[in-house]
Order: sequence, then C-alpha cells, then structure tokens
Amino acid sequence: MRSWWLRGAAGLAVASVLAGCFSNRQNEGEKLYATHCASCHGEQGEGLRRLIPPLAGADYLRQQRAALPCLIRKGQQGPILVNGVTFNQVMPGHDDLTDSQITNILNFVQQQWGNQNQTYTIREVSELLDACHGSDGQ
Amino acid sequence: MIRFALRRALGSLFIGLGSLTLLPACSSSSADQQTAQLPYIGEREVVPSPTGGPADTVYATIPTFHLTDQAGQPVTNATFKDKVYITDFFFATCPSICPKMQSELLRVYEKYKDNPRVVFLSHTIDPAHDSIPVLRDYAERLGVTDASRWHFATAPHDTVFALARAYMTGAQVDKEAPGGFTHTGAFALIDPNRHVRGIYDGLNKDEVDRLIKEIPVLLQEVSATSATATAKQP
Repeated sequence: MRSWWLRGAAGLAVASVLAGCFSNRQNEGEKLYATHCASCHGEQGEGLRRLIPPLAGADYLRQQRAALPCLIRKGQQGPILVNGVTFNQVMPGHDDLTDSQITNILNFVQQQWGNQNQTYTIREVSELLDACHGSDGQ
Repeated sequence: MIRFALRRALGSLFIGLGSLTLLPACSSSSADQQTAQLPYIGEREVVPSPTGGPADTVYATIPTFHLTDQAGQPVTNATFKDKVYITDFFFATCPSICPKMQSELLRVYEKYKDNPRVVFLSHTIDPAHDSIPVLRDYAERLGVTDASRWHFATAPHDTVFALARAYMTGAQVDKEAPGGFTHTGAFALIDPNRHVRGIYDGLNKDEVDRLIKEIPVLLQEVSATSATATAKQP
C-alpha cells in the first residue's frame, strides 16, 4: 500500500517535471520571437507597412523554407519580395542563437498567426545552416 | 505673452511634478488633465524680476535649429509656429527598437493627420547614411506622403545629438527593467513656445495612449492662450 503511494507520488513528480520541460520547450520559440524578432516584425507577425515584411501569411516562409535558418543566422540585406511587395531593409544576423533556438523560432513562426507551414527538426536546421557555415552544433 | 503663459502654468505645476518621474502611474491622473495644463519638463530657473515684482520662472527651451526634411525643405523652429509637434529620433537601418517606435508614432499620426496644428518630426541619428532620398523612401514606405505633416529630417551629427538632449529623448533610464536598462525610444511633445510638455516611452503602448490623450489638452491651452493674447491687443 505504502509503496503504491510512493510510486504514485514519484510518477506524479516525474510527470510534472516533464510537463514543465515540455511547456518551456514549446514556449521557447515564442519567447525568443518576442525578444529577437517582434520589435521589427510585430507581435502578431504583421510587419510594418512597406518597411518591414510581415511573417503572418507570408509566402516567403513557404517558398524560401530551406534558406530561413541561414537568413536568421546571417541576417538579410538587399531587396526581397514578400507577398508581391518589395522590401529593402537590413536585418541583423544572430550569432547569439544556438541551432536549437533558431529551430524553435522557425517552428513558432511557421505555425503561428494562421501559418501552417512545415516545421523543422534541430538536425535539419543544423544541416541547412552548414550551407552558410552557420551551424554551432547545439 | 510668454510670461503670461508661464505664470498660468505655475498654478498647475503640482500636477506636472508627478509626470516628471515618467512613471506609468502618472497616466492615472487623466481626469485632472481634462481641466489642467500639461507640465513643463526640464530645467527651470527662477529669475528675480528687475522691477522688484514677483520672480519669473523660466523653463528650458528647445534651441534654434535648422534641419532638412525628406522633401529637401528646410525645417526650423518657425516651421512649428502656432503648432504643437511630436518628435523622436531614429535611423532608417535601425534593426532594434525603431520599427516598434515608428509603428507606435504612426498610431498617433493616424489620429491627428487631419489636424494641421499637430505636426510630427523624426530626426535621423545617422545622417551619414540617411540621405534625403533614403529618408523619402523611408517615409513613403511608412505611408507618409505629405512631408509637411511628418518631417523626416536630417542635420549634421552634432546638431542632432544636441537636439536629442534638448528634447530629453536621447536616453532614458527604465527603473522597472533589470539593471536600470536604458533605451532611446522616447517621444517628446513640444508647445509653440519651444517648451517640452510631455515625454513618453515610445515602446510602451500605454505611454503612447497617454500622448494621444494629452495632445488635445495642449491644443486647448494653446487656443486659450492665443485667444487671450488676441483679446489683449489694442
């Protein structure tokens, strides 16, 4: 009886720790987005007029999916076409993010605000980052 | 007329002192602001009257400036004669807080763009990069087509930084943030007598809402003052 109780308690403890883990993991992309992306791209991914491209409903996220990890890592310069509008602003690179953090940001953006685009695994992002020598292996 | 306005303002100075701290709490006095004047912000000096009468309080004023806007037109103190204006500092390639600031200022602009007594002035702090064509492109991309309603202006580097100090928008301490984090996202509201009458954190929606509410308070004061001045004329 006593061991059943203990096992139950231990199980609950493990479950709650895991739940905490998962929820943090799930929120990491959202938190990183708020810290690193939202002041330009908007809290709702709306962008800013013709100055900053939107992320919500952006065709670019689908069409350039494989290029996005390097875009976050190295930044972006020069004109780009998003939903038929040409934008031309400098986006800074992010050496301060790990591969896994970039993955979480991308997965958040690809699934948020009505976006229903394919997500990434960390391994895939690391491989894509190799193209611009941007993988930190973490 | 200036002295008259200053004396009138003295009466409401106590209300103003609260706002000097730039705490979010100061928006709680919005009921008072309907009937009160906005504070005078910045250094002030009490000058003894040469005639032995009551001393005069002299508030810091925005210095004389000469800028050029996105249309290539000069922007000077005279540009804002009989108007109130809202000012901030940005640069076109700013990747951090500027887009957020400008989108908040755009919200204020949308409210007042049909009121010719309210003008907007954004200074670039990167005059080396932000040439007039760059500023024009930036303004148009934001949807600002009439340069006389919202000036995106440039001037030599030193001029711009001296003005940023005068407008008290250069840097700001945020006691709420860990480590007293400083940033440069402030908006200043200026009256026709070159006085700063409000400072607002341009990254904080509530602060920008306070700006939207306080513009009419200042406009009303300006109307009342000029009406009194007109009535006093022989």
